[in-house]
Amino acid sequence: MKNWLSPKSMTGIALIAIALIVLPHVVGMGGQAWVRILNFAILYVFLALGLNIVVGFAGLLDLGYIAFYAVGAYTWALLASPHFGLHFPVWAILPIGALMACVFGVLLGSPTLKLRGDYLAIVTLGFGEIIRIFLNNLNSPVNITNGPQGITLIDPVKVGDFSFAGTSQIFGMTMTGPQKYYYLLVALALLVIIINVRLQHSRIGRAWQAIREDEIAAKAVGINTRNIKLLAFAMGASFGGIAGGIFSAMQGFVSPESFSLIESIMVLAMVVLGGMGHIPGVILGAVLLTFLPEVLRYAVTPVQMALFGKILVDPESLRMLVFGLALVLVMRFKPAGLWPSPERSRELSEKPVEVVK
Amino acid sequence: MSDILLQANAVAKHFGGVKALRDVSLSIRRGEVYGLIGPNGAGKTTFFNCMTGLYIPDGGGFTFDGVALQADAPHRAAELGIARTFQNIRLFGNMTALENVMVGRHVRTKAGVFGAMFLNRATRDEEAAIRQRAVELLHYVDIADRADDLAKNLSYGDQRRLEIARALATEPKLLCLDEPAAGMNATETEELRVLIEGIRKDGTTVLLIEHDVKLVMGLCDRVAVLDYGALVIEDVPAVVQKDQRVIEAYLGA
Repeated sequence: MKNWLSPKSMTGIALIAIALIVLPHVVGMGGQAWVRILNFAILYVFLALGLNIVVGFAGLLDLGYIAFYAVGAYTWALLASPHFGLHFPVWAILPIGALMACVFGVLLGSPTLKLRGDYLAIVTLGFGEIIRIFLNNLNSPVNITNGPQGITLIDPVKVGDFSFAGTSQIFGMTMTGPQKYYYLLVALALLVIIINVRLQHSRIGRAWQAIREDEIAAKAVGINTRNIKLLAFAMGASFGGIAGGIFSAMQGFVSPESFSLIESIMVLAMVVLGGMGHIPGVILGAVLLTFLPEVLRYAVTPVQMALFGKILVDPESLRMLVFGLALVLVMRFKPAGLWPSPERSRELSEKPVEVVK
Repeated sequence: MSDILLQANAVAKHFGGVKALRDVSLSIRRGEVYGLIGPNGAGKTTFFNCMTGLYIPDGGGFTFDGVALQADAPHRAAELGIARTFQNIRLFGNMTALENVMVGRHVRTKAGVFGAMFLNRATRDEEAAIRQRAVELLHYVDIADRADDLAKNLSYGDQRRLEIARALATEPKLLCLDEPAAGMNATETEELRVLIEGIRKDGTTVLLIEHDVKLVMGLCDRVAVLDYGALVIEDVPAVVQKDQRVIEAYLGA
């Protein structure tokens, strides 16, 4: 066990804290767009950590994870916008959103309990699409989701009279909306990370890992694999639901197209590329994969001009090409992810000890 | 409290046309080491799998400690006190030896998600107890020095021992060992014999499937012989060894 109170780790924690506090102001110098990207990076950290419970801990391949994000986002949108004329407070909607996502997690989980690997992936893929298509079409005969137009004018996060949207003065400092959201997100992210770490090293976390390693042996030692798997789906989904709610509030607008298959794939890529089952790795994966496409967006044009003196390839397609190439290269040279858990990196680099008789 | 711990009543299991078990009835008494032997394909492992809930028997059933075993609920069997090891070792390969045994404590502990999140006093105490018991069990099977190694990196003999420790962690009344001596040399087999003797002495009933006849005859209080899915004989080793049907089953008539 690490000693958290040693001077060295105290300094480390202090440095990280200062960096986290200063970050939005530094990034903000490049324009508020970058702060927004930063916020999205943290939202993706939420999502990736949630998916990590299902995929990384319990070993259940889920390709429809974004559906829970959608459920959370729409729960917020419906309960806090002029669409139904409802304006619930934050402390009510966030838990409701998490609970709704949790219910959908169990709904997805229960019919798929006997499936594993490829088969499970196909079912979850279908589930993700079903949710998106429902959101797209639930505007008639009764208009629930407002269909493809989406829901607008969603309430921002408000605590008492303090709104996280718009610019305001705090302690004599001018803070923009995205900067305020950043601090909210960091606080929530820390909470989510702590919960994840605790879950991993708990009785439940060990049961998840046992199911991932060998389901039959897990049953034989008395793990009720059905319930424990459902729990993984439910927990993962709740994190997705919370992320969805904040997304909704931050954007002020949701529509079904935010929840397409590519989003599920991206979150899965974050988990796998970062280091499946390893929390710091998953966080790194989420941050990198959010920033890389954005950085490339700004970088590909000047780089082409410098190299060739003209734009040879359309920046948008080149951006995704480079991004895809980066994914391929990482997986080729770091198959366990960029920052795998010590156990997993041993697993992939070291052969099991030969049996000596 | 009845003298009989496990009673099998006319257990039958078919795989398509193959009758893997034909109305097998036998009874295991408290505190004994009970041997189940028979040629390859005789149905020993099938019997194990039916008993531990991995297979649903096509006929008959089991009574364990006065309770009818519910079919198809492996975790229930573990809850009631039946633990097992597997013929082809099934450890949680990418978890450490210690974690493997800690997983074995799952069924006797109860911390849930909220306990894990809030890490309250009860959860912390339980977690400490789990860890302590797991360390004790690693000492018991004599592989405490490998506690932090990944299970899959242990030697073959140590993996067998770890599997036994994990099974013991569930506090079984009946410990079922499926060919624990397979692939072991004479020294390792002898060490295993001592270990099983110790487990019996500490009050756990043992059901042993084994090919090593010498081990079975030396260790078991009673032995049952299966052949073609049917029970040939159930008696003390001295009688079983001399039985003509058993000799035929092993050597071919």
